[in-house]
Amino acid sequence: MVHWSAEEKQLITSVWSKVNVQLPGVCSAAPWTEKPFFDNFGNLSSPTAIIGNPKVRAHGKKVLTSFGEAIKNLENLKATYAKLSELHCEKLHVDPENFRLLGDILIIVLAAHFTKDFTPACQATWQKLVGVVAHALAYKYH
Amino acid sequence: MVLSANDKTNVKNVFAKISGHAEDYGAETLERMFTTYPPTKTYFPHFDLHHGSAQIKAHGKKVAGALIEAVNHIDDIAGALSKLSDLHAQKLRVDPVNFKLLGQCFLVVVAIHHPSVLTPEVHASLDKFLCAVGNVLTAKYR
Repeated sequence: MVHWSAEEKQLITSVWSKVNVQLPGVCSAAPWTEKPFFDNFGNLSSPTAIIGNPKVRAHGKKVLTSFGEAIKNLENLKATYAKLSELHCEKLHVDPENFRLLGDILIIVLAAHFTKDFTPACQATWQKLVGVVAHALAYKYH
Repeated sequence: MVLSANDKTNVKNVFAKISGHAEDYGAETLERMFTTYPPTKTYFPHFDLHHGSAQIKAHGKKVAGALIEAVNHIDDIAGALSKLSDLHAQKLRVDPVNFKLLGQCFLVVVAIHHPSVLTPEVHASLDKFLCAVGNVLTAKYR
């Protein structure tokens, strides 16, 4: 069971309340995440293509929405992600290392978005959150 | 890790933009690394790790200097960092995983101070470069 201090919860919710980011940056920075898992997404041939791709935007929205759910259930992430974990293992066959990669890239996107407001304490809290989410998503793998 | 011609151009452009602040960014990178990944502090028991410490500033300058050296010799990073590679292998023995953590924090610092520079494509190139540097520094471990 992960412990979240009051300050950490504050940092998470205050950043999240201002988030309106797009996720397309992810696929470009880690190109190997694209191929097997997003074969039916259409054009992912260049960063410009990726950013403009409506399927990428839609999936980005799904991923971020799921993060929103995580933030509402910080005390119970494993249960929150149980079904998604099974899906990613049994159907999607995603290597859990990619969840960590995605988390790291989300941090960079947040840093670019919030600039100086993304303090070291903020970064530390969010890095902890993405780590815990990645762990929860990998939990049901067998 | 092979850097394409595009990667090299992207990395050189980033460092051209940050050259005036490289030392400050080096210090900030370290500070963020210590805050976000507390185990990294174990390599610096002899340091004052408070915000603004002279030792962090001095060490940040060293780290930034090494990265700049690598950029200036981007066609032969192994050659340029050969002495540092020996140092890390024989004396410092920093666990290789920590270079990824330092790299992540450096990307965050660039994102914070130059958000528009860090397009997905440039992010990918910079990430590759930092991986290459990490690989060189751990190449002689065994």
